[in-house]
Amino acid sequence: MRVPWHRAFSAPGVLFAGLGFAALLAPFMTIAANRIVAGDGIRAWDMAPDYATWPGLAAVLVGLLLGLPERLALVRLGGAVQGLCGLVLLLSIGGPALLEGAGTNARVSPALGFWCLLGIFLLLVADALVRMAPGPPARAGLLALAVGALAAVLGSGVLSDLSVLQEYASRREAFLAAAWRHLGLAFGSLALAAVIGFPLGILCHRAANLRAATLPVLSFLQTIPSLAMFGLMIPVLSWVGRTVPGAEAAGIAGIGFAPAFLALVLYALLPIVGNTVAGLAATPPAAREAARGMGMTPGQRLWRVELPLGLPVILTGLRIVLVQNIGLAVIAGLIGGGGFGTFVFQGLNQTATDLILLGALPTVALALTAALFMDILVDLTRPAQEARHD
Amino acid sequence: MTAAALRVAMLAVLLALVIRPHWFEPVFAPLAPAGGPVIYDRASLLSLSLNHLGLVLAASVTATLVAVGLAVLVTRPAGAAFRPLARSVANMGQTFPPVAVLALAVPSLGFGSGPTLVALFLYGLLPILENAITGLTNLPRATMEAARGIGLSRGQRLMRVEIPLALPVILTGIRLSVVIALGTATIGSTVAARTLGEVIIAGLLTSNTALVLQGGLIVGLFAVLIHDAMLQIETRLLRGGRI
Repeated sequence: MRVPWHRAFSAPGVLFAGLGFAALLAPFMTIAANRIVAGDGIRAWDMAPDYATWPGLAAVLVGLLLGLPERLALVRLGGAVQGLCGLVLLLSIGGPALLEGAGTNARVSPALGFWCLLGIFLLLVADALVRMAPGPPARAGLLALAVGALAAVLGSGVLSDLSVLQEYASRREAFLAAAWRHLGLAFGSLALAAVIGFPLGILCHRAANLRAATLPVLSFLQTIPSLAMFGLMIPVLSWVGRTVPGAEAAGIAGIGFAPAFLALVLYALLPIVGNTVAGLAATPPAAREAARGMGMTPGQRLWRVELPLGLPVILTGLRIVLVQNIGLAVIAGLIGGGGFGTFVFQGLNQTATDLILLGALPTVALALTAALFMDILVDLTRPAQEARHD
Repeated sequence: MTAAALRVAMLAVLLALVIRPHWFEPVFAPLAPAGGPVIYDRASLLSLSLNHLGLVLAASVTATLVAVGLAVLVTRPAGAAFRPLARSVANMGQTFPPVAVLALAVPSLGFGSGPTLVALFLYGLLPILENAITGLTNLPRATMEAARGIGLSRGQRLMRVEIPLALPVILTGIRLSVVIALGTATIGSTVAARTLGEVIIAGLLTSNTALVLQGGLIVGLFAVLIHDAMLQIETRLLRGGRI
């Protein structure tokens, strides 16, 4: 069947192709005399002599054009991936070429054009994937591939000339320590909040008056701005550290890990308790009646009927907490709690952009990965007939 | 009754903390280090509060207008091709940590209120967009048919039927967005925006718990009271029978 010509093109694809061509005109990389001063922007084709940038440019341009056909989502996906490869290629050629003869302290970084094109290609990937609607296993595979590809690119050293990776190289150990601390804060507080929150949620589900007392308090806590919450934990925990015997020896003090951890636990409670209650309450009345008719005890009903049926909603609560915790753990950097926030705030103090990026980019990547992973998990636990209703 | 009394009490404490901070000197004095200020004295708390709320208001109003506009656009036939994309952008964009958005705005926009405003706007856009799209797509089919049947034009259907029906969901998005904006504006003082976060940061830098507590209390009370007020407006609107 013939398709009218204007229907043959994907509207987002046309928009992104236009934006992408415009972004190519913007500076693709900057070169600066050292890590603090502002750099000069260089366009992609001016970065290296002798046509060295042409393969990368071609990959980007063709990638944008492949985003156009409406019907061929797989082609659009392939085009976007090819475009991303082109961007990496351009960075890996532009970096050494710009640094040649530019002085020992010179730094090269990706500039506006690169970031815009990166955003555009990621949006093209997202748009193509929404059209293709892959199931949870396929999405898990794609996520693993994406994480693996990113690790391979970073590990291979082709981008090691970039300023942000030089910051990494000069503080590799601090970075790893911060990463572990960040993960410890985010996942540790999630675990503790789950240990408290699930039983509390189950109790709240059973007892209406407990529910009426608990949920408003938790939502009150959730409303308190993060910096205020982290700050308010300081006097509380320094008091605990001073007065409770043994607390100080256990590392509980006004600043550092403990107040950050506690603040994260408090923030995590509302989504966990709230979603546990909502998940358990969402059991269809028919299923509950049937379970009762079969002579199940309340305990059996909980474990065999209500929890399995409520699992997607409960896991959604965990997704909210995980993403939220990964982001909020950055604030720990302000109260000596470590994590990626240390670099962010150091960078802000020194106006060292690359140091800010060294803290912010892993946080963003971690939050995105966690969100995509948990989305897959939620869909896996959803009954088959519901899974595709979006 | 007790809830109302609690609200009035919190409001009174908040106003006193902001307008007459010196009344609280005896309360905070034990927490301040020897010789350190008990009450934040580098700027008036009132001006910081007004600045803070002004930033949030400006960002939230713009974010609401743009987000509802975009949601209307992608729920019309002409913009339908962008709806899945808008949805995934709104969904995935919210996983970006507010602090990271703020920090990433600095290299391109410099320090001060500018990057804070942009970060507040961008970040505030997403919950409203997500909720507005949900609200405008899940309209009862019978009502839409009836609106078409009585001869309302597209514009009339949008303004008189679709937006009013979607309003509760949109308001929830706005409330979420404002609460996040209040918190993000607090962190904005790490990039030199003049907000209440300044008081907390000053306390953290000089290990002065009095200032940390003071700033934390003011910001916390503002957030809780504003959240509560918006929730009240939502329930009134829902109960008012107009919807």
